[in-house]
Amino acid sequence: MALNAEESGRLAALLGGHAEQVTARWTEIVTGSLRGRLSQAELRRQVQDLHRAIVASGEQGAIDLSAENSAELRAALSELSRGRARQGFSATETTISVFALKDVLAELLQDGGGANALHDYIAFSKLVDELGLFTFESFVRTRESLIADQAEQLLELSTPVVKLWEGVVAVPLVGTLDSARAQVVMERLLQTLVDTGSPYAIIDITGVPAVDTQVAQHILKTVVAARLMGADCIISGIRPQIAQTIVALGIEFGDIATKASLADALRHVLRLTGVETARRQPRRDI
Amino acid sequence: MTAGVDLGHPQAQAIQSDEDVVRVRQLVRAVAVAVKLSLVDQTKVVTAASELARNTLVYGGGGSVEVTTVDNGRRMGVRIVFADSGPGIADLDLAFTDGYTTGGGLGLGLSGARRLVDEFEIETSAEAGTRITVTKWSR
Repeated sequence: MALNAEESGRLAALLGGHAEQVTARWTEIVTGSLRGRLSQAELRRQVQDLHRAIVASGEQGAIDLSAENSAELRAALSELSRGRARQGFSATETTISVFALKDVLAELLQDGGGANALHDYIAFSKLVDELGLFTFESFVRTRESLIADQAEQLLELSTPVVKLWEGVVAVPLVGTLDSARAQVVMERLLQTLVDTGSPYAIIDITGVPAVDTQVAQHILKTVVAARLMGADCIISGIRPQIAQTIVALGIEFGDIATKASLADALRHVLRLTGVETARRQPRRDI
Repeated sequence: MTAGVDLGHPQAQAIQSDEDVVRVRQLVRAVAVAVKLSLVDQTKVVTAASELARNTLVYGGGGSVEVTTVDNGRRMGVRIVFADSGPGIADLDLAFTDGYTTGGGLGLGLSGARRLVDEFEIETSAEAGTRITVTKWSR
Protein backbone atom coordinates (compact mmCIF):
# COMPACT_ATOMS: atom_id res chain seq x y z
CA MET A 1 0.00 0.00 0.00
CA ALA A 2 1.74 3.13 -1.18
CA LEU A 3 1.39 6.45 0.61
CA ASN A 4 0.15 9.47 -1.31
CA ALA A 5 2.34 12.54 -1.57
CA GLU A 6 0.65 14.37 1.30
CA GLU A 7 0.95 11.46 3.72
CA SER A 8 4.52 10.84 2.63
CA GLY A 9 5.36 14.45 3.33
CA ARG A 10 3.88 14.25 6.82
CA LEU A 11 5.76 11.01 7.50
CA ALA A 12 9.03 12.53 6.35
CA ALA A 13 8.42 15.62 8.46
CA LEU A 14 7.50 13.55 11.51
CA LEU A 15 10.51 11.23 11.24
CA GLY A 16 12.90 13.96 10.12
CA GLY A 17 11.82 16.37 12.85
CA HIS A 18 12.48 13.90 15.62
CA ALA A 19 15.47 12.15 14.02
CA GLU A 20 17.47 11.68 17.23
CA GLN A 21 14.50 10.51 19.28
CA VAL A 22 13.23 8.15 16.55
CA THR A 23 16.51 6.36 15.92
CA ALA A 24 17.23 6.06 19.64
CA ARG A 25 13.84 4.55 20.43
CA TRP A 26 13.90 2.36 17.30
CA THR A 27 17.35 1.00 18.20
CA GLU A 28 16.19 0.37 21.73
CA ILE A 29 13.21 -1.75 20.63
CA VAL A 30 15.24 -3.77 18.13
CA THR A 31 18.04 -4.36 20.65
CA GLY A 32 15.59 -6.09 22.93
CA SER A 33 14.44 -8.46 20.19
CA LEU A 34 17.95 -9.45 19.12
CA ARG A 35 19.12 -10.39 22.63
CA GLY A 36 22.48 -8.73 22.28
CA ARG A 37 23.67 -10.67 19.25
CA LEU A 38 24.42 -7.49 17.34
CA SER A 39 26.41 -4.58 18.72
CA GLN A 40 24.54 -1.40 19.66
CA ALA A 41 26.67 0.71 17.34
CA GLU A 42 26.08 -1.59 14.37
CA LEU A 43 22.36 -1.62 15.03
CA ARG A 44 22.21 2.14 15.38
CA ARG A 45 23.98 2.52 12.05
CA GLN A 46 21.47 0.20 10.32
CA VAL A 47 18.51 2.00 11.88
CA GLN A 48 19.93 5.38 10.86
CA ASP A 49 20.38 4.15 7.27
CA LEU A 50 16.77 3.01 7.15
CA HIS A 51 15.55 6.21 8.76
CA ARG A 52 17.48 8.34 6.29
CA ALA A 53 16.18 6.30 3.33
CA ILE A 54 12.54 6.61 4.43
CA VAL A 55 12.81 10.35 5.06
CA ALA A 56 14.61 10.85 1.74
CA SER A 57 11.98 9.06 -0.31
CA GLY A 58 9.17 10.72 1.65
CA GLU A 59 10.56 14.16 0.80
CA GLN A 60 10.57 13.27 -2.90
CA GLY A 61 6.82 12.70 -2.95
CA ALA A 62 4.66 9.61 -2.68
CA ILE A 63 6.46 6.64 -1.14
CA ASP A 64 5.89 3.62 -3.35
CA LEU A 65 8.28 0.72 -2.87
CA SER A 66 8.05 -0.34 -6.50
CA ALA A 67 8.71 3.18 -7.83
CA GLU A 68 11.95 4.60 -9.15
CA ASN A 69 12.50 7.12 -6.33
CA SER A 70 12.47 4.40 -3.68
CA ALA A 71 15.60 2.70 -4.99
CA GLU A 72 17.60 3.86 -1.98
CA LEU A 73 14.96 2.58 0.43
CA ARG A 74 14.85 -0.80 -1.30
CA ALA A 75 18.64 -1.01 -1.19
CA ALA A 76 18.70 -0.21 2.53
CA LEU A 77 16.10 -2.90 3.27
CA SER A 78 17.87 -5.47 1.08
CA GLU A 79 21.18 -4.76 2.75
CA LEU A 80 19.64 -5.17 6.18
CA SER A 81 18.05 -8.52 5.36
CA ARG A 82 21.11 -9.81 3.51
CA GLY A 83 23.28 -9.04 6.51
CA ARG A 84 20.86 -10.64 8.94
CA ALA A 85 20.43 -13.78 6.79
CA ARG A 86 24.18 -14.27 6.51
CA GLN A 87 24.67 -13.77 10.25
CA GLY A 88 22.13 -16.51 10.93
CA PHE A 89 19.28 -14.44 12.35
CA SER A 90 15.75 -15.83 12.00
CA ALA A 91 13.11 -14.30 9.72
CA THR A 92 11.29 -12.89 12.75
CA GLU A 93 14.41 -11.28 14.16
CA THR A 94 15.02 -9.68 10.77
CA THR A 95 11.57 -8.32 10.01
CA ILE A 96 11.06 -7.09 13.58
CA SER A 97 13.80 -4.54 12.89
CA VAL A 98 11.40 -2.97 10.40
CA PHE A 99 8.15 -3.56 12.26
CA ALA A 100 9.62 -1.81 15.33
CA LEU A 101 9.08 1.43 13.42
CA LYS A 102 5.34 1.02 14.05
CA ASP A 103 5.82 1.28 17.81
CA VAL A 104 7.98 4.34 17.34
CA LEU A 105 5.37 5.97 15.11
CA ALA A 106 2.55 5.13 17.51
CA GLU A 107 4.40 6.85 20.37
CA LEU A 108 5.22 9.89 18.23
CA LEU A 109 1.64 10.32 16.99
CA GLN A 110 0.24 9.87 20.47
CA ASP A 111 2.38 12.71 21.76
CA GLY A 112 1.43 15.18 19.08
CA GLY A 113 -0.15 13.85 15.89
CA GLY A 114 -2.99 16.37 15.80
CA ALA A 115 -6.39 15.65 14.30
CA ASN A 116 -5.07 13.31 11.63
CA ALA A 117 -3.26 11.03 14.09
CA LEU A 118 -5.43 7.94 13.59
CA HIS A 119 -5.67 8.31 9.83
CA ASP A 120 -1.91 8.83 9.57
CA TYR A 121 -1.11 5.93 11.84
CA ILE A 122 -3.18 3.53 9.72
CA ALA A 123 -1.56 4.76 6.51
CA PHE A 124 1.97 4.68 7.97
CA SER A 125 1.46 1.26 9.43
CA LYS A 126 0.38 -0.09 6.03
CA LEU A 127 3.61 1.25 4.62
CA VAL A 128 5.62 -0.39 7.40
CA ASP A 129 3.85 -3.68 6.64
CA GLU A 130 4.93 -3.36 3.05
CA LEU A 131 8.50 -2.59 4.05
CA GLY A 132 8.44 -5.62 6.36
CA LEU A 133 7.21 -7.93 3.61
CA PHE A 134 9.86 -6.64 1.26
CA THR A 135 12.50 -7.29 3.93
CA PHE A 136 11.16 -10.79 4.48
CA GLU A 137 11.28 -11.56 0.78
CA SER A 138 14.85 -10.42 0.38
CA PHE A 139 15.71 -12.41 3.50
CA VAL A 140 14.28 -15.56 1.88
CA ARG A 141 16.08 -14.82 -1.39
CA THR A 142 19.40 -14.52 0.43
CA ARG A 143 18.76 -17.77 2.29
CA GLU A 144 17.91 -19.54 -0.98
CA SER A 145 21.09 -18.36 -2.63
CA LEU A 146 23.04 -19.54 0.44
CA ILE A 147 21.43 -22.98 0.08
CA ALA A 148 22.23 -23.09 -3.63
CA ASP A 149 25.87 -22.17 -2.87
CA GLN A 150 26.08 -24.89 -0.26
CA ALA A 151 24.59 -27.48 -2.63
CA GLU A 152 27.32 -26.59 -5.09
CA GLN A 153 30.01 -26.89 -2.44
CA LEU A 154 28.56 -30.23 -1.36
CA LEU A 155 28.86 -31.49 -4.90
CA GLU A 156 32.56 -30.71 -4.78
CA LEU A 157 32.98 -32.15 -1.30
CA SER A 158 31.23 -35.41 -1.87
CA THR A 159 33.31 -36.69 -4.74
CA PRO A 160 36.87 -37.27 -3.62
CA VAL A 161 39.21 -39.49 -5.60
CA VAL A 162 41.67 -41.16 -3.25
CA LYS A 163 44.85 -43.08 -3.89
CA LEU A 164 44.60 -46.49 -2.24
CA TRP A 165 47.86 -48.04 -3.36
CA GLU A 166 50.61 -47.47 -5.88
CA GLY A 167 48.69 -47.48 -9.17
CA VAL A 168 45.25 -47.85 -7.58
CA VAL A 169 42.76 -44.99 -7.11
CA ALA A 170 39.30 -45.24 -5.59
CA VAL A 171 36.13 -43.16 -5.82
CA PRO A 172 33.85 -43.70 -2.83
CA LEU A 173 30.41 -42.58 -3.97
CA VAL A 174 28.03 -41.42 -1.25
CA GLY A 175 24.42 -40.35 -1.76
CA THR A 176 22.41 -39.80 -4.89
CA LEU A 177 24.25 -40.07 -8.18
CA ASP A 178 22.44 -37.69 -10.49
CA SER A 179 23.71 -36.48 -13.84
CA ALA A 180 25.53 -33.46 -12.42
CA ARG A 181 27.43 -35.52 -9.85
CA ALA A 182 28.13 -38.30 -12.31
CA GLN A 183 29.76 -35.72 -14.56
CA VAL A 184 31.92 -34.39 -11.70
CA VAL A 185 32.89 -37.92 -10.69
CA MET A 186 33.88 -38.86 -14.20
CA GLU A 187 35.99 -35.74 -14.72
CA ARG A 188 37.74 -36.13 -11.38
CA LEU A 189 38.44 -39.81 -11.90
CA LEU A 190 39.80 -39.42 -15.43
CA GLN A 191 41.97 -36.49 -14.38
CA THR A 192 43.34 -38.40 -11.39
CA LEU A 193 44.09 -41.40 -13.60
CA VAL A 194 46.23 -39.15 -15.79
CA ASP A 195 47.85 -37.30 -12.89
CA THR A 196 48.84 -40.42 -10.97
CA GLY A 197 49.37 -42.71 -13.94
CA SER A 198 47.25 -45.35 -12.25
CA PRO A 199 46.21 -48.37 -14.30
CA TYR A 200 43.43 -49.34 -11.84
CA ALA A 201 40.38 -47.54 -10.51
CA ILE A 202 37.86 -48.78 -7.98
CA ILE A 203 34.37 -47.25 -7.92
CA ASP A 204 32.80 -47.94 -4.55
CA ILE A 205 29.00 -47.64 -4.36
CA THR A 206 28.53 -48.68 -0.73
CA GLY A 207 27.09 -45.26 0.04
CA VAL A 208 24.63 -45.13 -2.87
CA PRO A 209 21.19 -45.99 -1.46
CA ALA A 210 19.50 -47.07 -4.70
CA VAL A 211 21.05 -48.22 -7.95
CA ASP A 212 18.54 -47.67 -10.73
CA THR A 213 19.13 -47.75 -14.48
CA GLN A 214 20.24 -44.12 -14.56
CA VAL A 215 22.87 -44.64 -11.86
CA ALA A 216 24.02 -47.84 -13.59
CA GLN A 217 24.28 -46.03 -16.88
CA HIS A 218 26.39 -43.27 -15.32
CA ILE A 219 28.72 -45.84 -13.76
CA LEU A 220 28.98 -47.81 -17.01
CA LYS A 221 29.84 -44.67 -18.96
CA THR A 222 32.54 -43.77 -16.43
CA VAL A 223 34.01 -47.27 -16.69
CA VAL A 224 34.03 -47.16 -20.48
CA ALA A 225 35.72 -43.73 -20.44
CA ALA A 226 38.38 -45.00 -18.04
CA ARG A 227 38.95 -48.03 -20.25
CA LEU A 228 39.48 -45.82 -23.26
CA MET A 229 42.32 -44.25 -21.29
CA GLY A 230 43.77 -47.67 -20.63
CA ALA A 231 42.66 -48.05 -17.01
CA ASP A 232 40.73 -50.98 -15.60
CA CYS A 233 37.74 -50.31 -13.36
CA ILE A 234 36.37 -52.45 -10.57
CA ILE A 235 32.98 -51.73 -9.01
CA SER A 236 32.77 -52.51 -5.31
CA GLY A 237 30.22 -52.15 -2.55
CA ILE A 238 27.49 -54.24 -4.16
CA ARG A 239 25.35 -55.25 -1.19
CA PRO A 240 22.94 -58.23 -1.36
CA GLN A 241 19.82 -56.10 -1.85
CA ILE A 242 21.52 -54.05 -4.57
CA ALA A 243 22.66 -57.23 -6.34
CA GLN A 244 19.11 -58.62 -6.36
CA THR A 245 17.68 -55.34 -7.60
CA ILE A 246 20.23 -55.11 -10.41
CA VAL A 247 19.39 -58.66 -11.51
CA ALA A 248 15.63 -57.96 -11.47
CA LEU A 249 16.13 -54.74 -13.43
CA GLY A 250 18.14 -56.67 -16.00
CA ILE A 251 21.22 -54.47 -15.88
CA GLU A 252 24.34 -56.23 -17.10
CA PHE A 253 27.80 -55.13 -16.11
CA GLY A 254 29.33 -57.38 -18.75
CA ASP A 255 32.98 -58.18 -18.14
CA ILE A 256 33.44 -55.41 -15.54
CA ALA A 257 34.74 -56.89 -12.30
CA THR A 258 32.39 -56.31 -9.36
CA LYS A 259 33.08 -57.01 -5.70
CA ALA A 260 31.02 -56.96 -2.50
CA SER A 261 33.43 -54.75 -0.57
CA LEU A 262 36.20 -52.26 -1.15
CA ALA A 263 38.64 -54.62 0.62
CA ASP A 264 37.81 -57.41 -1.85
CA ALA A 265 38.31 -55.04 -4.75
CA LEU A 266 41.71 -53.91 -3.45
CA ARG A 267 42.80 -57.50 -2.87
CA HIS A 268 41.70 -58.35 -6.42
CA VAL A 269 43.74 -55.51 -7.88
CA LEU A 270 46.80 -56.30 -5.79
CA ARG A 271 46.67 -59.90 -6.98
CA LEU A 272 46.43 -58.69 -10.59
CA THR A 273 49.46 -56.46 -10.13
CA GLY A 274 51.45 -59.24 -8.47
CA VAL A 275 51.71 -57.63 -5.03
CA GLU A 276 52.00 -60.37 -2.44
CA THR A 277 49.93 -59.97 0.66
CA ALA A 278 50.65 -62.46 3.39
CA ARG A 279 49.43 -62.71 6.89
CA ARG A 280 52.36 -62.65 9.29
CA GLN A 281 52.67 -65.81 11.32
CA PRO A 282 52.08 -65.14 14.99
CA ARG A 283 55.35 -65.62 16.84
CA ARG A 284 55.39 -68.72 18.98
CA ASP A 285 56.88 -68.70 22.42
CA ILE A 286 59.62 -71.25 22.83
CA MET B 1 14.48 -38.85 5.24
CA THR B 2 10.77 -38.34 5.82
CA ALA B 3 10.11 -39.07 9.46
CA GLY B 4 6.80 -40.13 10.95
CA VAL B 5 4.84 -41.30 7.95
CA ASP B 6 1.11 -40.95 8.35
CA LEU B 7 -0.14 -44.43 7.47
CA GLY B 8 -3.58 -44.80 5.93
CA HIS B 9 -3.52 -41.42 4.25
CA PRO B 10 -2.24 -41.13 0.70
CA GLN B 11 1.00 -39.19 0.47
CA ALA B 12 1.19 -37.07 -2.67
CA GLN B 13 4.24 -35.64 -4.35
CA ALA B 14 4.58 -33.69 -7.57
CA ILE B 15 7.21 -34.77 -10.07
CA GLN B 16 8.57 -31.72 -11.87
CA SER B 17 12.35 -31.97 -11.47
CA ASP B 18 15.22 -34.33 -10.67
CA GLU B 19 15.01 -33.28 -7.01
CA ASP B 20 11.40 -34.48 -6.97
CA VAL B 21 12.56 -37.93 -8.10
CA VAL B 22 14.81 -38.02 -5.03
CA ARG B 23 11.87 -36.93 -2.85
CA VAL B 24 9.72 -39.72 -4.32
CA ARG B 25 12.44 -42.23 -3.45
CA GLN B 26 12.64 -40.95 0.13
CA LEU B 27 8.86 -40.99 0.52
CA VAL B 28 8.54 -44.53 -0.84
CA ARG B 29 11.39 -45.72 1.37
CA ALA B 30 9.78 -44.19 4.46
CA VAL B 31 6.44 -45.89 3.70
CA ALA B 32 8.16 -49.19 2.85
CA VAL B 33 9.95 -49.11 6.21
CA ALA B 34 6.69 -48.28 7.97
CA VAL B 35 4.90 -51.36 6.55
CA LYS B 36 7.92 -53.49 7.50
CA LEU B 37 9.12 -54.57 4.08
CA SER B 38 12.39 -56.51 4.16
CA LEU B 39 15.56 -54.65 3.16
CA VAL B 40 15.62 -56.36 -0.23
CA ASP B 41 11.97 -55.50 -0.91
CA GLN B 42 12.48 -51.93 0.27
CA THR B 43 15.36 -51.54 -2.17
CA LYS B 44 13.34 -53.13 -4.98
CA VAL B 45 10.27 -50.93 -4.53
CA VAL B 46 12.38 -47.79 -4.10
CA THR B 47 14.29 -48.58 -7.28
CA ALA B 48 11.05 -49.30 -9.19
CA ALA B 49 9.62 -45.99 -7.93
CA SER B 50 12.78 -44.22 -9.04
CA GLU B 51 12.51 -45.66 -12.55
CA LEU B 52 8.81 -44.86 -12.93
CA ALA B 53 9.17 -41.37 -11.43
CA ARG B 54 11.93 -40.60 -13.90
CA ASN B 55 9.79 -41.92 -16.77
CA THR B 56 6.96 -39.67 -15.58
CA LEU B 57 9.36 -36.73 -15.61
CA VAL B 58 11.24 -37.44 -18.85
CA TYR B 59 8.57 -38.99 -21.09
CA GLY B 60 5.36 -37.75 -19.43
CA GLY B 61 6.63 -34.19 -19.06
CA GLY B 62 6.09 -34.24 -15.30
CA GLY B 63 3.15 -35.42 -13.23
CA SER B 64 2.38 -36.61 -9.77
CA VAL B 65 2.73 -39.61 -7.53
CA GLU B 66 0.59 -40.91 -4.72
CA VAL B 67 1.86 -43.41 -2.16
CA THR B 68 -0.56 -45.37 0.04
CA THR B 69 -0.32 -48.33 2.35
CA VAL B 70 -2.57 -51.28 1.56
CA ASP B 71 -3.69 -54.14 3.77
CA ASN B 72 -5.36 -57.32 2.48
CA GLY B 73 -5.94 -58.75 5.95
CA ARG B 74 -2.85 -60.94 5.95
CA ARG B 75 -0.16 -58.71 4.61
CA MET B 76 0.69 -55.04 4.39
CA GLY B 77 2.00 -53.41 1.27
CA VAL B 78 2.89 -50.20 -0.52
CA ARG B 79 0.84 -48.98 -3.47
CA ILE B 80 2.22 -46.23 -5.68
CA VAL B 81 0.28 -44.48 -8.45
CA PHE B 82 2.16 -42.45 -11.06
CA ALA B 83 0.10 -40.19 -13.26
CA ASP B 84 1.04 -37.82 -16.04
CA SER B 85 -0.84 -36.13 -18.87
CA GLY B 86 1.87 -36.66 -21.44
CA PRO B 87 1.57 -38.17 -24.92
CA GLY B 88 0.99 -41.73 -23.67
CA ILE B 89 2.80 -44.85 -24.87
CA ALA B 90 2.01 -45.77 -28.48
CA ASP B 91 3.21 -49.39 -28.47
CA LEU B 92 3.12 -51.02 -25.04
CA ASP B 93 4.68 -54.33 -26.19
CA LEU B 94 7.62 -52.46 -27.65
CA ALA B 95 7.95 -50.27 -24.56
CA PHE B 96 8.20 -53.38 -22.37
CA THR B 97 10.92 -54.89 -24.54
CA ASP B 98 14.25 -54.99 -22.68
CA GLY B 99 16.71 -52.62 -24.23
CA TYR B 100 14.18 -50.57 -26.19
CA THR B 101 14.37 -46.85 -25.51
CA THR B 102 13.25 -43.67 -27.22
CA GLY B 103 15.38 -41.59 -24.87
CA GLY B 104 19.05 -42.16 -24.14
CA GLY B 105 18.69 -44.67 -21.32
CA LEU B 106 19.37 -48.37 -21.04
CA GLY B 107 15.80 -49.28 -22.02
CA LEU B 108 15.29 -51.30 -18.86
CA GLY B 109 13.37 -48.91 -16.63
CA LEU B 110 9.77 -49.81 -17.47
CA SER B 111 10.29 -53.56 -17.93
CA GLY B 112 12.67 -53.71 -14.96
CA ALA B 113 10.24 -51.87 -12.71
CA ARG B 114 7.55 -54.45 -13.59
CA ARG B 115 9.89 -57.23 -12.48
CA LEU B 116 10.70 -55.43 -9.21
CA VAL B 117 7.12 -55.22 -7.91
CA ASP B 118 4.31 -57.72 -7.23
CA GLU B 119 1.47 -56.02 -9.10
CA PHE B 120 1.78 -53.71 -12.08
CA GLU B 121 -1.07 -52.01 -13.95
CA ILE B 122 -0.76 -49.52 -16.74
CA GLU B 123 -3.37 -47.40 -18.50
CA THR B 124 -2.19 -45.21 -21.30
CA SER B 125 -3.72 -43.16 -24.07
CA ALA B 126 -2.74 -40.20 -26.16
CA GLU B 127 -5.59 -38.14 -24.67
CA ALA B 128 -5.44 -38.96 -20.96
CA GLY B 129 -1.74 -39.60 -20.54
CA THR B 130 -0.26 -42.50 -18.63
CA ARG B 131 -1.24 -43.91 -15.26
CA ILE B 132 0.80 -46.69 -13.67
CA THR B 133 -0.16 -48.44 -10.43
CA VAL B 134 2.34 -50.70 -8.70
CA THR B 135 2.05 -52.66 -5.45
CA LYS B 136 4.67 -54.41 -3.35
CA TRP B 137 3.50 -56.73 -0.57
CA SER B 138 5.43 -57.61 2.56
CA ARG B 139 6.38 -61.24 2.94
